[in-house]
Amino acid sequence: MLYFANWKIALICAICALGVLLSLPNLFSPSLLAQMPRFLPHKQVALGLDLRGGSYLLLQVDVAAAQRERLNSLTDSVRNALRDANIGYTGLDVAGDAIAFTIREPDRVEDARQALRKIDPDLTLEIAADGSGTMRFNTVATEARRRQAVDQSIEIIRRRIDETGTKEPTIQREGSDRILVQLPGVDNPEHVKALLGRTAKLTFQLVDTGVSVEDARRGRLPPADVLLPAEEGRAGHVGPPAYVVRKRVMVGGDTLVDAQPTFQNNEPVVSFRFDAAGAKRFGEATRENVGKPFAIVLDNKVISAPVIREPILGGSGIISGSFSVQSASDLALLLRAGALPAPITILEERTVGPDLGADSIHAGTIASIVGVVLVVIFMILFYGLFGVFADIALFFNLCLMLGSLSLLGATLTLPGIAGIALTMGMAVDANVLIYERIREEVRNGRTLLSALDAGFKRAFGTILDSHVTTLVAGFLMFWLGSGPVKGFAVTLSIGVLTSLFSAILVTRLLIVTWLRQWKPKAIPI
Amino acid sequence: MRPLIVIRRTPNIDFMAWHKLGFAFSLLLTLSSIVLFLTVGLNYGIDFVGGTLIEVRSTTGPANLAEMRQKLDALQIGEPSLQGFGPPTDVLIRLPRQAGGDAAQEQGVQLARQALGPGFDYRRVEVVGPSVGSELIRAGVIATILALLAIAAYIWFRFEWQFGVGGMISTLHDVITTVGLFALLQLEFNLTTLAAILTVAGYSVNDTVVIYDRVRESMRKYRTMPFRDLINLALNETLSRTILTVSTVALAVLSLLFLGGEVLRGFSIAMLWGIVIGTYSSLFIAAPILYYVQPNRAGVARSGEAAKAEAPGTP
Repeated sequence: MLYFANWKIALICAICALGVLLSLPNLFSPSLLAQMPRFLPHKQVALGLDLRGGSYLLLQVDVAAAQRERLNSLTDSVRNALRDANIGYTGLDVAGDAIAFTIREPDRVEDARQALRKIDPDLTLEIAADGSGTMRFNTVATEARRRQAVDQSIEIIRRRIDETGTKEPTIQREGSDRILVQLPGVDNPEHVKALLGRTAKLTFQLVDTGVSVEDARRGRLPPADVLLPAEEGRAGHVGPPAYVVRKRVMVGGDTLVDAQPTFQNNEPVVSFRFDAAGAKRFGEATRENVGKPFAIVLDNKVISAPVIREPILGGSGIISGSFSVQSASDLALLLRAGALPAPITILEERTVGPDLGADSIHAGTIASIVGVVLVVIFMILFYGLFGVFADIALFFNLCLMLGSLSLLGATLTLPGIAGIALTMGMAVDANVLIYERIREEVRNGRTLLSALDAGFKRAFGTILDSHVTTLVAGFLMFWLGSGPVKGFAVTLSIGVLTSLFSAILVTRLLIVTWLRQWKPKAIPI
Repeated sequence: MRPLIVIRRTPNIDFMAWHKLGFAFSLLLTLSSIVLFLTVGLNYGIDFVGGTLIEVRSTTGPANLAEMRQKLDALQIGEPSLQGFGPPTDVLIRLPRQAGGDAAQEQGVQLARQALGPGFDYRRVEVVGPSVGSELIRAGVIATILALLAIAAYIWFRFEWQFGVGGMISTLHDVITTVGLFALLQLEFNLTTLAAILTVAGYSVNDTVVIYDRVRESMRKYRTMPFRDLINLALNETLSRTILTVSTVALAVLSLLFLGGEVLRGFSIAMLWGIVIGTYSSLFIAAPILYYVQPNRAGVARSGEAAKAEAPGTP
């Protein structure tokens, strides 16, 4: 135990030096760091949002709602298919996660099967002998769609956030249908949240002038029509509260290639441009319906319903509504970024202002420094020279911790700082165990060398056992915890591991070197 | 350079004489913790029950809590709770969970911002929907149970099963009484508190392991010594390191408690209580339990011989 091969000494020194080198960048400001030579490490510990300030949002993609909407649109296909095949049916509607219907004449069930099978290969069709049937998405298709919806949502959220000019956003999938968004430096995320919360599904649909809103409200709504409310505009804007609109979509927002906020007659408006296919469809639709109004629908609300004065063949147009400058530029942004495939709900928001973050860093650092100083003094008081050895090892432990955190790119949170302070107190535990064992062996009449040897050897098993349990707790926290708790688990686990190295190997190397150099007669403890 | 403070003699305290009192005390402590938990309950933070937490700093001198409360009460968004938080300018506002699921929670913050008006700096806003809260509770409970089981399994693996039982009971005792303390003082129980409890579970077993290690060693060394004396001997021989190791961690935790800021207060209190009660339970619960579930001395001795055979040259 008291002999070190030369390569071991070199390795221990190299690891300590590496720890110091890797932790050094944390002492400098980023601007100063940029001036340092390139061969030096530049990585600093990444600060969590609770320390640097910023906003953390956990979003849920409402996949079920998207599926419900898709089923709703598929009922039209079912209706058409059955009508085309002249099959009588009742009770066609969406029930839960399926389209339900009943075939009037049970002997035509086989015909119905033939007619409905072609609608969508992802649908599983079941019709009982009595004529009652359901169509639902099979699990493979549902799963594929869910994944696709979340992937698409991430992409669109990224585009929307990039458009707002937020720097270094993190957008990642969390679990099966959640998205984690981290926006450093954003301390009032209301605007971002408003942008994320909107589906931004834009459609152009014809207004049915043959049915009045009052009739529709009384339930006299043709099956091909739908009653949509008007978007609430600025105060003072007068317009009908709702519109009766054809269900059939003339052109969808997915064919837009560009949208920009601009002005028309001193009113903020949004100008847009279609791609080739969209331009063609819009041109045809407007040519066939000159003189009629069409509705510009955003998220099932009518923004405006202008009358088509002449065919619009150029593939571009203008959306006017009661916009403010801000809302026009927001709408343009949303249209550029594209519609979300499913609605999004904000499950969790944690926003920390930059002041509180700075205060937290300040308090955490002071507490850690005071804690370390107290531990250092304590060790010297109780162990003298050996205490100094333990303190030197503690210094390297701190460097190794910070170095590992920088290297791993781990995020330091406020609980993480607490974890550092705590492991500083725990790290010297190993030294206490070793030193107490040495004292005991000396008391039992052993010679200096054999007491040192036995102290390190016998304490090792105990140290290992007592540290493993803390590591177990750390790993469980990392696995099951979220955000700040994960940060704590990381520093705690890394600290326990580095302290095993520093308290056992570094201290032992120091003591062995001391033995060789000074050849003491007795142990000063 | 010699140490200034030296514990020279091994103490000779009859710990076993106190163990029945210790059992009774701990039983009382554990039962009252459970009763407090079931009757008074924990003051759950928004992490677990959902809701909104807003930390504001008044930019126009000390905050007027009464006026702020009045403004928020007028909103009719549930009973808001306001409390000073550190300096007199800082106020912590809690809004209860809003009816209407996850989507409705964000509404509360906007209304509160409008009601409070200008003159406030929003230092922190946390909104947790009910679905996340219930998941966090589940994850927390699972983590705690797994931690207890894993610790017991590890001790069982390294020692005999009797040691595992003792370690688990004393760790369980530490966790339950820490929860009890939070119920008694109605301190906010949030995610960082849970992290502290898991750390307590992992750390409080340290002293226990040190003591068990010594018990096992003594079992091999003194094969005929009565078990009661053997436990006493092990406790006395390890007492100085038990006290010293806890002291260093306590120093770190105390500086966190007094200097680490308001956000870490609950964490530090849980840790401090945890390491103190953990030390107590190592001495008065974990070790005496061995007396009742006596490990097989022949088995321990045999495994000791096996260990010796593996490592020749051990004196």
